[in-house]
Amino acid sequence: MSEYLIIGNGTAAAGCIEGIRSRDSESSITVVSAEEHHVYSRPLISYYLEGKTDLDRMLYRPRDFYEKNGVRLIFGKAVKCDAKKRTVTLADKQKLSFDKLCLCTGSSPFVPPFEGLETVEKRFAFMTLDDSLALEKALTPESRVLIVGAGLIGLKCAEGIAERAGSITVCDLADRVLSSILDSECAAVMQAHLEKHGISFMLGDTAVRFDGSRAYMKSGAEVDFDILVLAVGVRAETALASQAGCEVNRGIIIDNKMQTTVPGIFAAGDCSEGFDSSTGSRRVLAILPNAYMQGRAAGINMAGGSSALDDLMPMNSIGFFGLHCATAGAYPQDAEVFEDRSAGIRRLYVRDGRLCGFIVIGDVSRAGIYTSLVREKTPLDEADMDKLKKFPSLAVFLPETRRKKLGGVV
Amino acid sequence: MKRVYVNEEWCLGCRLCEYNCAFANSGLDDMVKALKGKPIFPRVHIEEDCGITYAVSCRHCTDPLCVKSCIAGAISIEEGVVKIDKNKCVGCLTCVLVCPYGAVAPGPSGAAQKCELCLQNSCGAPACVTGCPNNAIVYEER
Ligand SMILES: Cc1cc2nc3c(=O)[nH]c(=O)nc-3n(C[C@H](O)[C@H](O)[C@H](O)COP(=O)(O)OP(=O)(O)OC[C@H]3O[C@@H](n4cnc5c(N)ncnc54)[C@H](O)[C@@H]3O)c2cc1C
Ligand code: SF4
Ligand code: SF4
Repeated sequence: MSEYLIIGNGTAAAGCIEGIRSRDSESSITVVSAEEHHVYSRPLISYYLEGKTDLDRMLYRPRDFYEKNGVRLIFGKAVKCDAKKRTVTLADKQKLSFDKLCLCTGSSPFVPPFEGLETVEKRFAFMTLDDSLALEKALTPESRVLIVGAGLIGLKCAEGIAERAGSITVCDLADRVLSSILDSECAAVMQAHLEKHGISFMLGDTAVRFDGSRAYMKSGAEVDFDILVLAVGVRAETALASQAGCEVNRGIIIDNKMQTTVPGIFAAGDCSEGFDSSTGSRRVLAILPNAYMQGRAAGINMAGGSSALDDLMPMNSIGFFGLHCATAGAYPQDAEVFEDRSAGIRRLYVRDGRLCGFIVIGDVSRAGIYTSLVREKTPLDEADMDKLKKFPSLAVFLPETRRKKLGGVV
Repeated sequence: MKRVYVNEEWCLGCRLCEYNCAFANSGLDDMVKALKGKPIFPRVHIEEDCGITYAVSCRHCTDPLCVKSCIAGAISIEEGVVKIDKNKCVGCLTCVLVCPYGAVAPGPSGAAQKCELCLQNSCGAPACVTGCPNNAIVYEER
């Protein structure tokens, strides 16, 4: 019998619980959650404001999840970790012991030191369900909303509240929207679409100082607002790991088995830094699918199994007001680019005879075939690429490979 | 578990499976009313390459990427059958981005849909298989 302890109660934690229970149905599992909620789908906080889901439907796992998995859920914040004594202490002084520990602490909003920020009465982050509920309370049909940050989180927030606010302005120091996943041309297409739906942008510009309900911008412009949303960026939550003596870079360093540099301590999800298989370099891969997969692999390994993940990479399916965008992998400078513009944008990046990344805007159907070609580093020739740039299809596989895929258990 | 498998060499490319699928999942009992003059949303697709055709639908993978990737926790496995809870789905299309077979697509409401082996509709067994004139799609244990 082991004692398993999981810090955090998001997607990675759910994966970890399911990973442990796939091998060990006996031992005790304790989960410590700083958010006082049943595990919910974090990306759905904007869909909640949009009215596309509700508090019940956005639960990531059913109500009886903890009970069915024999999990003790404790609401509280873990503040200390002693790797030698194998204990974690909570803010209320409660001490928990463990044999195997998994840190699933996610990330938290990064707030730059804006001058005068404390003078802003209605300011919000957009990371948690409570953030979303608080924002909902403050919103009126007349609210002028200023969102700082034109990344995924800021724009999802804008879409979520579009029908419920008077006006929405998004500013970002970057010269384009979604700068971490899109090039300028693709970003411009998404921006134009968002503008059509009433979102205004101030790009290459950001707030430097606040005074009550006025923002003073870098460009000298002034913006009056009622509600401020800060979505500048996120940072991996690594404090506990550092304290336990784990090596930490941008995230908690893990190997392909989610093991940190301290034996018996694992980490998974947004708080961790593993490998990006599309570039071969270390990276925090802060997306939900990876959080689940890493969590589950950690759980399996904690319970004495063996699960190694060597094919994780960045990938995003993101849509605004009906326009979808699918991206995955890397877009290296020296890649050959295959492009098709007959409907939207379809851009495939090829290096060393392999698809290493792609961007599709518009018709994203069957994009998973591209993703799998990137993930599996499938060798492709010129003729394959000409087929693929028009539309993803299993026709690029040799008939015998295809027969295995469609004629066998996969 | 019984799954849908494809015999590529038998496929005529007639696309009857697509129509039978769309009809089976329409909830209507008249095929003409269900399909005529309307955009259809079949969960099985005929692919064509240099004269070869074959049907593609959900493989009901043993370790499905769609289940692990759904941002809403809307996809689950019940006795081997991979199912989408369309009530929970928010239409983000992450499942479309990860399915290696291109087997998921948005349905008429924007929610993702895919083959669920006709176990929930009135057919009880895959309509594409029942209706295939040449046994190019089969439903069996392998
Ligand atoms: C608005 C928004 C939209 C998003 N959209 C998408 C999307 O479309 N697709 C996608 O793939 N990803 C999306 N993401 C990212 C996705 O939500 C994350 O990658 C995922 O939730 C990470 O899961 P996690 O379990 O690692 O961390 P989290 O879900 O962040 O969970 C970590 C939990 O740990 C708790 N915690 C931290 N420290 C402690 C402590 N010391 N003691 C106790 N508890 C602690 C935190 O309170 C938190 O509840 C989005 C994120 C946001 C905010
Ligand atoms: S939708 Fe795709 S990934 Fe999911 S079970 Fe079906 S074939 Fe597998
Ligand atoms: S489209 Fe629906 S089923 Fe697919 S990943 Fe998004 S929420 Fe899940």
